[in-house]
Amino acid sequence: MSAIGSLLWRDLSRLLPGARSGNTLLPLLFFLAVAMLYPFAVGPNPTLLAQTGGGVIWVAALLAAILPLDRLLAPDVESGFFDQWALRGISEEVVVTVRLAAHWLSFGPFLMLAALPASALLGIDAQTLWTVELGLLAGTPGLAAIGIIIASVTVGLRGGGAALAGLLAIPLAVPLLVFGAGSLSTGGDAGLALTASISLVLVAMAPFAGGAAIRAAREG
Amino acid sequence: MMEPCRLAASELACRRGDRLLFAGLSLALDSGQACHVTGPNGIGKSSMIRIMAGLLRPFAGNVERQGAMALLDQNIALDEHQPLGKALAFWTGIDGGSVDLARLGLADLLDVPVRYLSTGQRKRAALARLLGQQAAIWLLDEPLNGLDTEAVALVETLVAEHVAGGGIALIASHQPITVSGMSQLHLPDFVPQDVYA
Repeated sequence: MSAIGSLLWRDLSRLLPGARSGNTLLPLLFFLAVAMLYPFAVGPNPTLLAQTGGGVIWVAALLAAILPLDRLLAPDVESGFFDQWALRGISEEVVVTVRLAAHWLSFGPFLMLAALPASALLGIDAQTLWTVELGLLAGTPGLAAIGIIIASVTVGLRGGGAALAGLLAIPLAVPLLVFGAGSLSTGGDAGLALTASISLVLVAMAPFAGGAAIRAAREG
Repeated sequence: MMEPCRLAASELACRRGDRLLFAGLSLALDSGQACHVTGPNGIGKSSMIRIMAGLLRPFAGNVERQGAMALLDQNIALDEHQPLGKALAFWTGIDGGSVDLARLGLADLLDVPVRYLSTGQRKRAALARLLGQQAAIWLLDEPLNGLDTEAVALVETLVAEHVAGGGIALIASHQPITVSGMSQLHLPDFVPQDVYA
């Protein structure tokens, strides 16, 4: 139990925005930059912005979630952390589960916060914003799980892994995007429920897929 | 004294890619025994250590392990951007053991980020992690790389103390190591001849 606490503490201190290891603020800034640039690109038509703004937030959230993938698991595999955990009887599945939680905590809630200024920039009304926030709450755990799965599968790739990880993550994220952003146009809870269920399936799969991928990388 | 431990391999074979590195390797170490695995680079010493650790599946044969295992290899498993003290504290939090850092010459380096440490200092930091684990079985892969004569003597003393305390040490190194009573295993003896003939 204390091992899990130590793992979570270490993960959070490395992944939370503002942590000293690497560009932890980048996904958040990227997300806000997209929301800021979009009105410049399509013009200041309020109806158009309000109609499409929710979708833009979703696309920005998806892309922001992809940014940290290359430093999610690969550094720990390369520097021998996973070997050491394995020798101590801490399975890859446990480490990946904790990492999934830390990864989500380090971007999910922050994207939901950043959606507030983003919605102001895009002129989204309160009702739509509420749907976006609920959708992000339901969808970001799934995005985090996709990120973990892809990061573990690409763990053994030297260089070029980051770009490939992004390309692999996008098709997997399409269902989340369809139902998550789709709940905006239909206005229904059905879309949110489907988003949440996809998220749950992905979160349940991620530790096992991730653990198996990391063990397979060790044999390579 | 530690609880009884054992590390044994029978008819071990290791294949990397298309190459059979070694085959028919048997080895048995009981509490208080040490073994030095020798051989030139690329012969499969590291692979053998990883097989013994259970991190790599052997191509044939099996390994019997009894007791906790600690591994020291070229990956030091310490956070590069963290000060040494904090990086070691992460493992202390998991292992629960404490280490005499002054003996390893690390007492003055605790505030230095791991990435600024020299090769020898990194090795000694990894040794601190290994000692803190207080495992019965030590698997050391090239533990003397980058160490000066003084540190080499320290490693030899640490291994001797560990073995005298009832532990097991399996050391893969191309460099000579002097520990009294340590057996030798010359890995080139187990390289299969004419496998493709």
